Amino acid sequence: MKWWKYLTIGLLLYTAVMGLLGHVPRLAILNETERNLYFHVPMWFGMTIILLASVVNSIRYLRDPSPRLDILAHESAKTGILLGVLGLLTGSLWARYTWGTWWTTDVKLNGAAVTMLIYLAYLVLRGAVQDEQQRARLSAIYNIFAFAAAIPLLFIMPRLASASLHPGMGGNPGFSKYDLDSAMRMVFYPAVIGWTLLGVWITEVACRFAFVKEKIYEKQEKQLA
Amino acid sequence: MSLLAEIWLLLLKDLRLEWRQRSALGGLLLYVGGTVYVSYLSFSFRGGTPPAPAWNALFWVILLFAALGAAGRGLAQESAGLRLYYYTVARPEAVVLAKIIYNALLLLALAVPGLLLYTLLLGNPVQDWPTYALSIGLGAVSLASSLTLVAGIAARAGQGGGGTLLAVLGLPVLVPVLLLLVKVSKNALDGLPWEASQSSIITLVALNFIVGAVSYLLFPFLWRS
Repeated sequence: MKWWKYLTIGLLLYTAVMGLLGHVPRLAILNETERNLYFHVPMWFGMTIILLASVVNSIRYLRDPSPRLDILAHESAKTGILLGVLGLLTGSLWARYTWGTWWTTDVKLNGAAVTMLIYLAYLVLRGAVQDEQQRARLSAIYNIFAFAAAIPLLFIMPRLASASLHPGMGGNPGFSKYDLDSAMRMVFYPAVIGWTLLGVWITEVACRFAFVKEKIYEKQEKQLA
Repeated sequence: MSLLAEIWLLLLKDLRLEWRQRSALGGLLLYVGGTVYVSYLSFSFRGGTPPAPAWNALFWVILLFAALGAAGRGLAQESAGLRLYYYTVARPEAVVLAKIIYNALLLLALAVPGLLLYTLLLGNPVQDWPTYALSIGLGAVSLASSLTLVAGIAARAGQGGGGTLLAVLGLPVLVPVLLLLVKVSKNALDGLPWEASQSSIITLVALNFIVGAVSYLLFPFLWRS
């Protein structure tokens, strides 16, 4: 096992223990739900980073096509979806106890939902094309296009919106305002690195699995020929 | 031949083809007209006119589906042989830009009669006409620019499911555009001052430039296949 995998395990154990047992400031309404900062927010960080990796691999594929880059882009997108779904679930749970509802129409929530839709559409597109090269090229094109169209949604629109319930948006203070005693930061930053590394790890294993499958298919084809 | 001259020629070709196959254009007009009439019948139970926000939202939904229908037709109807011919005589960049302009014109040609009929049947609560007209124009351009490349991908993925695939791939990409459009046109409906919609309009124009530029860069890769 590589060193960074031990680091991932260490950081996530630290996040889980310190995140659940560590000190958080006493605040009205938020109370203990504040601990979601160690889970929900780092998962979105991780998702953004992994999806960025997916787009970069798609761009590299278009410049220099190879099955390897296609697999990297595809598996990264899948890990991104996983982290995104986890982010939605943890966010929804948090909203239930602080806003009193599982879901509400908020720019930030809409952005998250649409991002998930885009990447699910990406998977549908991959399923719809039979030819391997065609599938790789078309999905790479869609991946880049959708990413370019989704950036405004995720990063620009929430800042333009006049009203948002989400912390850090539309006059609501972000968490950084609460936790200026840096106890929370000591858990938050390791949590970001930990969850992102976990995403990288999952992607790495999935990619290796896909490479092995590819090799087996090639062997079978040779035997048939 | 310069890029602009190529775009102009391709645009003329598309318009001429459209004029020669008027039945297709007629079909789209009938689709918009039919949808408007069904909406009219559905709202007639409530005394004829829907409330202003519903009026606005419904019209954009009608336009959205008209746009999906129109864009799906444009690139799908071209046969592989014809594509090969274009490939030898024109640059792919010119093809995609001409297609975007053509789709925008087509959508305007659908939206204007559609709006007239809509006004006739469902009333018209618009208070600020110039801004509303601007939002319709921007809407046609935005829908066209977002959908043209996606329609190309869906057509290439092919295998019968072209219509559903276009909707699945296109809708998430269109959400940011539609949110901004509905906001601007709602402001125009309520007669709010120009400052209220200014930032949304600028974002919309910027978004169009991003999407247009990405289409311009990616279409050559789509075309080569």
